[in-house]
Amino acid sequence: METDVTSIDINAIIEVMAEDLKSHMARNKIVEPLMIGVHTGGLWVAEKLHERLGLTKPLGEIDISFYRDDFTGIGLNPQVKPSKIPGEVEGEHIILVDDVLYTGRTIRAALNEIFDYGRPDSVSLAVLIDRDARELPLHADIIGLKLDLSPQKQVKLTGPAPLVLETNRN
Amino acid sequence: MSSSKQPASTSFKAPDSSCLQLDEQGRLRHFLTTEGLSKDVLTEIMDVAESFSTVSNQAVKKVPVLRGKTIVNLFFENSTRTRTTFELAAKRLSADVITLNIATSAAAKGESVLDTIRNLEAMQADMFVVRHSDSGAAHFIARHVAPHVSVINAGDGRHAHPTQAMLDMFTIRRVKKEFTNLKVAIIGDILHSRVARSQIHALNILGAKEVRVIAPKTLLPSDVDSLGVHVYGDLRSGLNDVDVIIMLRLQRERMGGAMLPSEHEYFECFGLTQAKLAYAKPDVTVMHPGPINRGVEMDAAVADGPHSVILQQVTNGIAIRMAVMTLTMGHNRVGGR
Repeated sequence: METDVTSIDINAIIEVMAEDLKSHMARNKIVEPLMIGVHTGGLWVAEKLHERLGLTKPLGEIDISFYRDDFTGIGLNPQVKPSKIPGEVEGEHIILVDDVLYTGRTIRAALNEIFDYGRPDSVSLAVLIDRDARELPLHADIIGLKLDLSPQKQVKLTGPAPLVLETNRN
Repeated sequence: MSSSKQPASTSFKAPDSSCLQLDEQGRLRHFLTTEGLSKDVLTEIMDVAESFSTVSNQAVKKVPVLRGKTIVNLFFENSTRTRTTFELAAKRLSADVITLNIATSAAAKGESVLDTIRNLEAMQADMFVVRHSDSGAAHFIARHVAPHVSVINAGDGRHAHPTQAMLDMFTIRRVKKEFTNLKVAIIGDILHSRVARSQIHALNILGAKEVRVIAPKTLLPSDVDSLGVHVYGDLRSGLNDVDVIIMLRLQRERMGGAMLPSEHEYFECFGLTQAKLAYAKPDVTVMHPGPINRGVEMDAAVADGPHSVILQQVTNGIAIRMAVMTLTMGHNRVGGR
C-alpha cells in the first residue's frame, strides 16, 4: 500500500529539513553558505529553506536544461529559464536544493553547471523527496521524506503556493 | 564582393516553402526565414536566448548541450561579425565547428554547392550555417540535406537574414518589453536589405503597432506595398513618434551607380543626427546591424550615444544563434543518432 502523496504536509517537512540543515552546517563548520535551487520545484523548496535559515547570501537558481544527458533523445525543454548565480561560486560552500532525487541525473547536471561557474569548497545536497532508485553514485545530505514508489509512478511538486505533491495515476 | 555588378541572382529556385523549416509538430528543424513563422515560434527563440544569455557569466563560458555535434559554417560570401558570432555560439554550445569560406564561382553554382554538401555530410556534419549572395541558397541546401541535418540561413542575397532579425527583436524586447505598442522605423537601403525584409516579417508577426520604412524611392523594392509597412520618403515625418529606429547599412558593394546622388547628400536627407533624433520619442532606441558607415548612415554621436544599443545587438547575437542552433538540432532527430 503506497502513501497518498497529495496529503503530505510539505511545509512541515521543510521545517524539519531546515533543522537538519542547521545541524549539518554546524557539524561541517559551514557558515554563510550559498544556497542554489534547481528549477522549478527545487527552487520553491530552496526559497522556504533560505528564508527559514535566514541566510545572508542571495539565493541562486539554476536550470539544468542545457546540461541534461538526454538532449539527443528528447531535445530541449522549451520552458528553460536563465540560471542566476549571485556572486562567486569559487571557494563557497554550496547547498544545492531539489524537490525529488530519483535517478541522480539532474544532480549530476546541476553539479556540472555549478562547476562551470567556479570551484566551490563543498557542495551539500538537500532534497524534499528521496526516491530510492539511483542510477548514479550520489546521495543527499538532507532528506525531507523517503518515498518508495513503483517505477511507473511519477511524482512532482506543484506550487509555488501551496506546495503539493502530485503523482500520475498508475 | 564578387557579385557587385550583377543583380540578385535567381539561379536557385525562389524560396517558397516556409513549411520546409518546420517539422510535423510545427517546430523548427531549419531556420531559413522569419516569414510565415508563428508568434509562438519567434517567442520561443527569444525565451531560449534569454536563458543562454547568462552563460557568458560563467567562468567556463560553455554549456554541453551540443557536445559531439559538428557544425559547418559555409560562407559563400564575406562576413566578419555574423561568422564570428556563429562560431562563438557553436563553441559555447560545445559543438565542434569549422568555417569554410568558399568563393562563389558563377558558372558552377547549383551543382558545386550540392557536391560540397554531400562531401561534408560524408564527414558526419550535423548542421550547416549558410551565407550566400544568391536568394534561396539556404532553402536549396535545406531541401537536399540528409534528414538529420539542420540548415540555418546566415543571409541569402536580398531575401532573408533571420538570425539578424531575431537578435534585433530580442534586443527590442529586452529594452521595450512588449511589441504591441511599438512604432518601429527602418531607415535606408531597403531594396538590397535582407535584414530589413526579415525584420519587417518578424515585427509584424510579433504584433508591432506600426512598421515604417524611410528611404529614397530608388532604394525601395518594387513589392514594398505587399510587406505590411508604411512608406515615408521624408525622415522627419517618418521619425515622428517612433519608439525604435533601425538604421540599415548602405550596401555600396551591391549598388550599380545611379541609385544614390552622393553619400553626402544621402546623409543630409537620411542620415541620423542628434537633431533629427528629437523627432522621435524621447526614449527612442537606435539600432544598426553593423558595420556602420559613420557620417553616412548616422553621426558618431548617435552611434555612441545613450539611445544606441548597437553593441548590445552584437552580444545578443550570440545568445540568439545559440538558441536557434539548439532548437533546430533538438527538434531534428529524424534518423538522428
